[in-house]
Amino acid sequence: MALLVYYNYYVVFFLMMAGFYMVIARGNLIKKIVGLNIFQNSVFLLYISMGKVSGGTAPILLAEGGHYSNPLPHVLILTAIVVGIATTALGLALVVRIKEAYGSVEEDEIYAQDKDA
Amino acid sequence: MIANNLPALLVVLPLLGAPLCLLFGRSRLAWLIATLIGWLGLAISVALLLRVRDGSVLHYAFGGWAAPWGIEYVVDPLAAFVLVTVSLIGALVLPYAWRSIEREIEPEQQALFFPLLLLCLAGLLGIVITGDAFNLFVFLEISSLSAYALISLGRDRRALMASYQYLIMGTIGATFLIIGVGLLYSLTGTLNMADIAERILPLTAKNTLRTAYAFITVGLALKLAMFPLHLWLPNAYAYAPSAVSAFLVATATKVALYAMIRFIYSVFGVEFTVAQMHEDWLLIPFAAAGVLIASIVAVFQHDIKRMLAYSSVAQISYMLLGIGMFSVAGLTASLIHFLNHALIKGALFFALGAVFYRIASTDIDAMAGIARQMPWTMAAFVLGGLSLMGVPPTVGFISKWYLILAAIDKGWWLLVMLVLASSLISVIYIWRVIEAAYFKERPAAAPSVREAPLALLIPTWLLVAANLYFGVDAAHTAGLAGEIAVRLMETP
Amino acid sequence: MDLQAARIALALALPFLGALGIWLSGRTPNRREAVTLSAAIALLLTVLSLLPAVLAGERPAWTFGELVPGLAIAFRVEPLGMIFALVAALLWPINSLYSIGYLRGNAEKHQTRFYIFFALALFATMGIAFADNLITLFIFYEFLTFSTYPLVTHKGNEAARTAGRVYLGILITTSIGLLLPAIIWTWSLTGTTQFREGGILGGYLDGPLLGLLLCLFMFGIGKAALMPIHRWLPAAMVAPTPVSALLHAVAVVKSGVFTVVKVLLYTFGIETLQGQSAADWLLYIASFTIVVASIVALRQDNLKRRLAYSTISQLSYVILAAAILAPLSLVGAALHIAAHACGKITLFFAAGAIHTAAHKTQVSQLRGIGWRMPWTMGAFAIGSLSMIGVPPAAGFLSKWYMLVGAFEMQQFLAVAVIILSTLLNAAYFVPIVFSAFSTPRPDDAATHGEAPLPMVIALCTTAALTLLLFLFPRIPLQLAEQMVGYAP
Repeated sequence: MALLVYYNYYVVFFLMMAGFYMVIARGNLIKKIVGLNIFQNSVFLLYISMGKVSGGTAPILLAEGGHYSNPLPHVLILTAIVVGIATTALGLALVVRIKEAYGSVEEDEIYAQDKDA
Repeated sequence: MIANNLPALLVVLPLLGAPLCLLFGRSRLAWLIATLIGWLGLAISVALLLRVRDGSVLHYAFGGWAAPWGIEYVVDPLAAFVLVTVSLIGALVLPYAWRSIEREIEPEQQALFFPLLLLCLAGLLGIVITGDAFNLFVFLEISSLSAYALISLGRDRRALMASYQYLIMGTIGATFLIIGVGLLYSLTGTLNMADIAERILPLTAKNTLRTAYAFITVGLALKLAMFPLHLWLPNAYAYAPSAVSAFLVATATKVALYAMIRFIYSVFGVEFTVAQMHEDWLLIPFAAAGVLIASIVAVFQHDIKRMLAYSSVAQISYMLLGIGMFSVAGLTASLIHFLNHALIKGALFFALGAVFYRIASTDIDAMAGIARQMPWTMAAFVLGGLSLMGVPPTVGFISKWYLILAAIDKGWWLLVMLVLASSLISVIYIWRVIEAAYFKERPAAAPSVREAPLALLIPTWLLVAANLYFGVDAAHTAGLAGEIAVRLMETP
Repeated sequence: MDLQAARIALALALPFLGALGIWLSGRTPNRREAVTLSAAIALLLTVLSLLPAVLAGERPAWTFGELVPGLAIAFRVEPLGMIFALVAALLWPINSLYSIGYLRGNAEKHQTRFYIFFALALFATMGIAFADNLITLFIFYEFLTFSTYPLVTHKGNEAARTAGRVYLGILITTSIGLLLPAIIWTWSLTGTTQFREGGILGGYLDGPLLGLLLCLFMFGIGKAALMPIHRWLPAAMVAPTPVSALLHAVAVVKSGVFTVVKVLLYTFGIETLQGQSAADWLLYIASFTIVVASIVALRQDNLKRRLAYSTISQLSYVILAAAILAPLSLVGAALHIAAHACGKITLFFAAGAIHTAAHKTQVSQLRGIGWRMPWTMGAFAIGSLSMIGVPPAAGFLSKWYMLVGAFEMQQFLAVAVIILSTLLNAAYFVPIVFSAFSTPRPDDAATHGEAPLPMVIALCTTAALTLLLFLFPRIPLQLAEQMVGYAP
């Protein structure tokens, strides 16, 4: 049972490795970016689940005070999501330009073209 | 009022300048604003350095929120030293870029260059000045994202793939960094670096701390192109516009290296990193391999920009060697090389950019015989090259002197030989260029070229002059680096 | 800055300013050469003005600045450096005169570049001669390598480029790979790199480690051309003759042996070495180099290559003399730096004169040439005498001191080597002189006469100097004796 208490970490690390694997193993540039997103999102989960206090509510100022989750990770992750979106946008924009320049989004085809040139 | 807000202004100015430049598009005005901000940044950095020169530390609570709740900017001698290095290169790249990007970036994209460069500068300065671990990540991503975009501006379509690869590797590195920071936060409940450093002292036996450490070092190692995680670097610097390569090579990897020094020495502390994590066993072998292998690979490159990119991997490994020695002498060597390598590589890439401006190539065959037509450019390249080899009286010699001294102090003779061997290899790859440019005949079919415009030559020669000046009068730089090293080794 | 320090600064500044002046006046050859000559003569006068003080026992010093904390760029004129500076400063004006004749006579290209780098090389030589510590010496040593590279590759063709590679490759590899770590090691041990009487290493190292450090220094100083790192010297002979003459008979190679003597005397200290077996191998290597280089010289038909190998052998005399570790042999070493310089420059001048006037480069072509070029070949004969060590040439004097020193220390190997090599020297020089003054071949239709006048004047002057040095050796002898602290 003690191991199950940390189930959130298992989820996080499963997602992390799945995303990481996609980045490394896939030759398609868009799939790589999808993988990168999953990888990043797993980290967001890590932060959020870390800040959760059992029984706590959302950190809203209530008259009677009481239990609330740590709000700082939420704020950090809001920032990190913005960074993640910017990265994804830039990555996809690059893929668009790569497609224009090479006519392909498959890594091996692109490298083959450069080798011939 | 202004004097008190200098730390914030340093970052805010380029950050605000970027959208302002975008408004003016590709115009003189945009360039003027950018250059002005670049020079203001240099002035502020120098002012900050002068203020902390006596060893004091400036704290600046951003927005008036006191640390550890608010974000704190901290300027100590180390940070000020790096700030000056980064903003110096920034201040020289901006005037240089005006003419340089004419030939190297498609006209419709030229308007993007100055905003992106300012953003990148803001990010880099932010990394150095911030005292908050998460803020560091944000600035790291600001600088990295703008660096990816800057690299993709290169005219060669391979620049796109290079930029894409860099984006993937860089994002993985940055994500590793936030995993580490997150774990640290879960342990200590704070993000302020000075605070973390205090609170982890009783926690050093925890596995979570070790995991956090591992993630942070690997993440930063990716960003700073530590061998063998350097694979993104050669392509990125080879296909980017010259002004971008010059700027990034002199600043981007350096700042990641600075972050590494901060984490290893200030946050985790030497005690933990060496006694428990055996960081020296990680850094020294990889750095040694990097020094040797990257130097050898550089010899076989046809494109001179790519050659210099590989040489940069070797030079970064020099700095990692110094860091990995965990001694005052080693750190001093690293820190001196920090500035010196920026000067050396800046000068070399500037000279290459001037060559590219005229002959639209940096291939060694295309450079055959151009020394007669571009004597000043090639003379700058030769002097920069001598500095890279470590010939006195240049800054490269000072770096090499300290690094070898540190290795001898440790009694690591093998390392001494390795460093010397790599200097000798650098003689080979620099001399290939010199022989091509001075001894080969210019092919009859090649169009005759003129000397590069003054707008390119003046920044180049300023850097060359700095190479020589700080090679003769290194008392200040070496003295400062020595003091910083002593401080870093003393922090618990 | 007192007067003496100003003189040192001036001696360094003059060649440097000379280079600048030459560059600025590059478009008008006459003015350019006037600048060269006046810089050279001004340098000679400056160096001479330092002489009385040094003879009187003073040691003028000047500190330029600190490189990094604890490492100064400093200069101090001690007797050995004075001898070296005098030789270099004395021969530069003569060589400039000769260069004018040679470059114009052979219509060489890029003459301005030639004079600029020549002046820069002299700047480096002055820095080496006056250096007060290893680091200053190293800086100028490297500067000399790089400033002579454009001179060696002056012709710019494939052969010059290959030779340039060998030249730079060997000199840089040894200096960065061996000399630099040796210096840093010394600094790491003792905390100083200064040259001090009696050495600085005493008490820090002994046994095999001392031998290792000695090894690093001796092979690191590639310019001394100890075998097996001598190959750059013959390679550098592709350069125009004035370069070979001044640089590869005087400035570059003498910087090498000068550094060797200086390191042995002032870094290691004679007494530190005397108690050790570390210096023995140096004696053996120097002996080996002397004999083998002489034998190789015997087999060379190209005149300049023969002179080059003779230089390698003669340089090792200096090293041998220093390695004997006797005060008298050290006096011999110091004298030999001067004597060999005057003699060898004469020989190179003669070779260049023959090349200019008769376009001959091989020894076998020289039969009877002495009748057409009596002055040149006469000077050549005097130079040869000096190489062999026969009175009344200066070479005799230095060899005499070396022999006396060797006997005193009972180094009979050294005695045997000196005698054997004297025979070998005679074997490769005397035939040249004889065939030059024998009857020309009947089918010899050559019509040339002497080389251009400036060249003849130059080579006669150096030949005269060789004789004068034998007849009036008082000043160098006095300096050399001061160097070893030996009062007659």
